[in-house]
Amino acid sequence: MSATVEADPARPAGSAHPLAHRRPLGDRVFQILAASAGVLVLVILALIAISTSQQASSWFSTEGLKVFTADWNPATNSFGALSYIYGTVITAAIAIILAVPISVGVALLLTEVVPRRWAQPIVYVVDLLAVVPSVVWGLWGILVLAPWLQHVYTSIASAVNGIPVLGALFGPPVSGASFFTAGLILAFMITPIVTSLSREVIATVPAIDKEGAYALGATRLEMIQGAVWPHSQGGIVGAIMLGLGRAMGETIAAALVIGSSPVITSHLFAAGYSMPAVIANQFGEASGEFRAALIGLGVLLFVITIIVNLMARGIVERSARRKRGA
Amino acid sequence: MAVAAEQPQVDLREPAGWRRTKNQIVTIAMVTAFVILLIPLGFVLYTVIAKGASAISWSFLTGGPIPPNVLPAGVGGMGPAVLGTIEITALAAVMAVPLGVLGAIYINEYGGRGPLAQVVRFMADVMTGVPSIVMGLFIFSIWVLHFGYSGLAGALALGCLMLPVVIRSSEEMLKLVPDSLREASYALGATKSRVTLTVVLPAAIGGIVSGALLAVARAAGETAPLLFTILTVTAANTNVFSGANTALSTQIFANATQPYLGAQSRAWGAALTLIAIAFILMIAARLVTGRFTRYSR
Repeated sequence: MSATVEADPARPAGSAHPLAHRRPLGDRVFQILAASAGVLVLVILALIAISTSQQASSWFSTEGLKVFTADWNPATNSFGALSYIYGTVITAAIAIILAVPISVGVALLLTEVVPRRWAQPIVYVVDLLAVVPSVVWGLWGILVLAPWLQHVYTSIASAVNGIPVLGALFGPPVSGASFFTAGLILAFMITPIVTSLSREVIATVPAIDKEGAYALGATRLEMIQGAVWPHSQGGIVGAIMLGLGRAMGETIAAALVIGSSPVITSHLFAAGYSMPAVIANQFGEASGEFRAALIGLGVLLFVITIIVNLMARGIVERSARRKRGA
Repeated sequence: MAVAAEQPQVDLREPAGWRRTKNQIVTIAMVTAFVILLIPLGFVLYTVIAKGASAISWSFLTGGPIPPNVLPAGVGGMGPAVLGTIEITALAAVMAVPLGVLGAIYINEYGGRGPLAQVVRFMADVMTGVPSIVMGLFIFSIWVLHFGYSGLAGALALGCLMLPVVIRSSEEMLKLVPDSLREASYALGATKSRVTLTVVLPAAIGGIVSGALLAVARAAGETAPLLFTILTVTAANTNVFSGANTALSTQIFANATQPYLGAQSRAWGAALTLIAIAFILMIAARLVTGRFTRYSR
């Protein structure tokens, strides 16, 4: 890829070479400085893992497997995290289900449909969504969106009341601040990242494949199915998983609109709670075992998002490598 | 067939029928996806501007201290929070941007395809996915427990969030600098550090600054890393290195759930201020890109 590595005069091939000489001190100092800045990333990641799990160790050791029960009561010093884990998974799943069709649709629109000079303004608009801070989404969600959604939820709930599956998912009890509201806000927030990653992946589809499909008489849809989709499948799955990681870790917007009620229920319109939200809301008044439990939730969140991210990056890298090889 | 026989040219229009209809349906669905995206964006921007504009005045932006929740709008101001946001974000940028650019130089100029550089690049990618609240808990455990709440602690948390973003965006820009520039400088006998600092870096500086500005814009709006590191007080604190501090984002979070109209109005005003800061940084990034970019994809 880069010719500099081979033709690098600053790193003489052998000491017997006539041009070989000791590199000046400043040059070596700069290299060490740059390398330590790079290694800093690894150090910070290791420190995050060590320092937070140290603070949370008493939670994991005293509760043991009771960590995964739904019994959370600071007054009796019992801290089971299941309802928060449940809320995190449910809200992230809602966000992904809502965001993925929109994101992939806009990514295809940008790469395959609109001409280049129209694509740039659309990219700006999508980026604007990413610039709106999390707390502003939360403020808008709780003061404007939630009261309005409550009416919508109520009418949906009364419409599906009694229908087997829908009734369990969308029936009462209804609350404006709920799992679904949180999932909806998270969907707005992860759309820009999923869109831009999918777009990058789709942009790597070779023009010759697309032109070949058109030359065989394919419509645009058939071209997308036959040339774009097989090529970018893996990368888009990776982009979706990165979005999933974002959605699970998103804190402030979820803390404001999720309703702050640690329950495990199939009712998506009911108030719930998620891991980052409970940390943000209760950390201020926590101490001792309570604080250890909240930091422990952070450790769980860190581990889950790291695993999701590692898998996503792995999928993206692998599909990119396969493409280069092909 | 009859049409084709009459005209000498080939009919290039898509065939009529179900295939064409299906294609049109999908195209319309894509456009609809974009329109659906515009609705929440327009709605949130309209609300913030409509409700925030009436709250904002010169005394709101500079006055203080931040009044208790029960007081009506128009009393006191968000001055301490504006000051805190600027102090903390600037300090975070001063720490994270040079380190991030150095890290990118290591990955692209020194590490190349070596194993360590590959690991650093991969882990920087992974680190961009670490939730911001975990960064807050991390700085709380490692710094606040020992040295207490301060603007510096908040800046450390924001810096940890910015670092991997700056590394990755700067690396992309360094990659675009053509190797011929490097080779020409080596041929003149320059050392590697000199080539990097006086040839490669100036060639990529537009993109690097623009990427850094975008990272700062995102960091300025972050709330979760600041909650447990600066302790959201109501008085101004000009010393960023010691003593509890405050920021616009944490003030919005504190005021959003209050039933008092005065507190809500202050939250909207602060939200508009915060969005304005982020937009100004984003527009600055675009201007830098347009003005100074020499190499682009």
